[in-house]
Amino acid sequence: MKHLLTMEGVDRATLDSLLDDADEFYEVMHRPIPKVPALRGKTVATMFFEPSTRTKLSFERAAKALSADTLSFSPGTSSLKKGESLKDTVLTVKAMGADLMVVRHKSTGAAWRVAEWADLPVVNGGDGAHQHPTQALLDALTLRQHFGSLDGLRIAIVGDIRHSRVARSDVWAFTTLGAEVTLVAPPTLLPPDLSGWPVTASTDFDDVLTEVDAVYVLRVQAERGGASVFPSVAEYRQRFGMTDARFARLKPDTIVMHPGPMIRGIEIDGGVADDPRCKVLEQVTNGVAVRMAVLFQLLGGSRDE
Amino acid sequence: MSELTLQNAVVVGADGVLDGLNDVVIVDGIVAQIGSNLAVQGDAIDCAGAWVGPGFVDVHTHLREPGEEWKEDIETGSRAAAAGGYTAVVAMPNTDPATDAGHLARYVADRGAQVGLVDVIPSGCITAGRAGEKLAHLDELSAAGVTLFTDDGDSVADAGLLRRAMEYLAERDGVVAQHCIDAGLAAGGEMHEGEISSRLGMSGVPREAEETVIARDLSLVRLTGVRYHVQHVSTAGAVDLIRDAKAEGLRVTAEATPHHLYFDHTSVRDMNPTYKMMPPLREPADLEALRDGLRTGVIDIVATDHAPHADHEKDHPWEDSPFGVTGLEWAAAVVNMVVGLEPEGFFKVLSCNPAALAGLADQGRLEEGSTANLVVFDPEGIADTNGTVSRSSNSPYLGLEMRGAVRMTIYRGRVTSRDRSVADPVGAAG
Repeated sequence: MKHLLTMEGVDRATLDSLLDDADEFYEVMHRPIPKVPALRGKTVATMFFEPSTRTKLSFERAAKALSADTLSFSPGTSSLKKGESLKDTVLTVKAMGADLMVVRHKSTGAAWRVAEWADLPVVNGGDGAHQHPTQALLDALTLRQHFGSLDGLRIAIVGDIRHSRVARSDVWAFTTLGAEVTLVAPPTLLPPDLSGWPVTASTDFDDVLTEVDAVYVLRVQAERGGASVFPSVAEYRQRFGMTDARFARLKPDTIVMHPGPMIRGIEIDGGVADDPRCKVLEQVTNGVAVRMAVLFQLLGGSRDE
Repeated sequence: MSELTLQNAVVVGADGVLDGLNDVVIVDGIVAQIGSNLAVQGDAIDCAGAWVGPGFVDVHTHLREPGEEWKEDIETGSRAAAAGGYTAVVAMPNTDPATDAGHLARYVADRGAQVGLVDVIPSGCITAGRAGEKLAHLDELSAAGVTLFTDDGDSVADAGLLRRAMEYLAERDGVVAQHCIDAGLAAGGEMHEGEISSRLGMSGVPREAEETVIARDLSLVRLTGVRYHVQHVSTAGAVDLIRDAKAEGLRVTAEATPHHLYFDHTSVRDMNPTYKMMPPLREPADLEALRDGLRTGVIDIVATDHAPHADHEKDHPWEDSPFGVTGLEWAAAVVNMVVGLEPEGFFKVLSCNPAALAGLADQGRLEEGSTANLVVFDPEGIADTNGTVSRSSNSPYLGLEMRGAVRMTIYRGRVTSRDRSVADPVGAAG
């Protein structure tokens, strides 16, 4: 594996290997001194061209726990606002001595272009509404920790699928690992053409609710209501919200997940968000572990301590 | 006296392909004689295996001058045109400032004449500044020789305004050329809406964005009687609309671009903005409908929509890159490869029909006494795709194996390009 750009087409052995390593790093994170020297001397550049707090923090936490140095880039302080091409920005950061780049960008394929220009390992930290592979890995790790395996699990992903890089990544990771996925959204928030997706789709959350082992709730971008993708936030909640009432109808061992940040009162009620069966904070912890695994594998880290 | 003799060619004259192999003798910028085994005058060029016909005419070229000369200018665009076999190009008016007044159109024409490698024909805006709010200086533009009007890059969205432009231009037999994309349906759209856009998470431009504008415009054409030209048709449904409009007797013409004939939306999978343009690359069934439209005459013209952008403007991810690809240099090869026309039809869509649309009397015609605007095209020759003559290299054809080579371009009797080696401009750069 030279880069981690997408979950589409990544085989099961690769996913298992990353999740196995992540389990080990999860254990490292819980030691008294949660740090290993595996990537000492390496420099990880986090290049977040789109505002992000948690993903960036998570990658930097992962790099530091592996003893790598970090170079941090954010658009507010960059030359991009002055009209510099992305290629020039990337080559500039490379020239400062980065060994790996984590790229988050609002535009589709940004990480692919960076990989082409920089000739360095690149991790896609989210490109447009396309892919966010480390999110899928942390989600898969969370499911695997809870259920032991994803084989045969039934998972509903609910919300703005059309504009979600999380959904586009989770679909491939979950199904490759053996789960069945149902996408639930109003028609305007489903992708216009699902040919070739290994999923079923539904516009009726209540119909799907009682059948699944996990409900993955996506954030609703309230401004989409303004763009008339759905009539109002209240109507969205009525049909697609993970409300306390719907939570009560789930099977007793069904868990709820969310990529964060949660908008309580819209896509998820506060009572659900705070219930122990909502795994949001486990997901955050697992995010550091899987990012350690990814950085470790891409930078060819050594296990000797 | 300048003289040149083209020998042993398949010659496509005003009445179609001449029998056997023929020679064309050019004297002082005029086609002096066409026939077999003519006495050589001046240099003799062996054209065995090649077609000789009227030079290509592009009714859709972005020369970027004035205002965006880092992408292209009238000289570099003229050079690219000559390399591609063109003897005339219609310059699109989305320059900076936009060509919405007479003096701006005259500037473009004058610069073209100074360069002297092809006829550079200015088109004019329909609305002032292409802003879609009020009419451009249509009288001034007409007086400056403009016959083709377009807000290319945008549709004229306001049907009332468009109707008034149509009424005004119908009176002087102008052509309303429309970039047919409904801004609402295409909002945020980056590529064809379908399987690939869904997979990539990009907002799509549905076919209906194009078809609804054409359908609306056709009812206004019925109302006003104006000559109407559909730019860069990209969908099978649009071809159907145009076929029906022609059958009804409306004065409608249409063009397709080389890239919409050659590539489909699967080219976008790698998210390389070299394949980003508007309208977007569609699906194989659309490509086939466009090709068939050219074969059956529903689509009249292959027009390049040559849209140069500098490397640094495409050195971005997809959404941050501008729409547009270049096309002048390999358009003929595309037609040769994928449309499969006999020589007569080939020159119809690349030379004769576009010359007629642009109202160019000394283009699109090869007969004794006509102005020597000619191209020598070798349909079996391998096209050189190793570099561009244009200032910009945002071409999806670079590095492709393509069949069909422009051997020579002759503009007003002067060889302007030979195997992509382009002659110097006639006048000094302005």
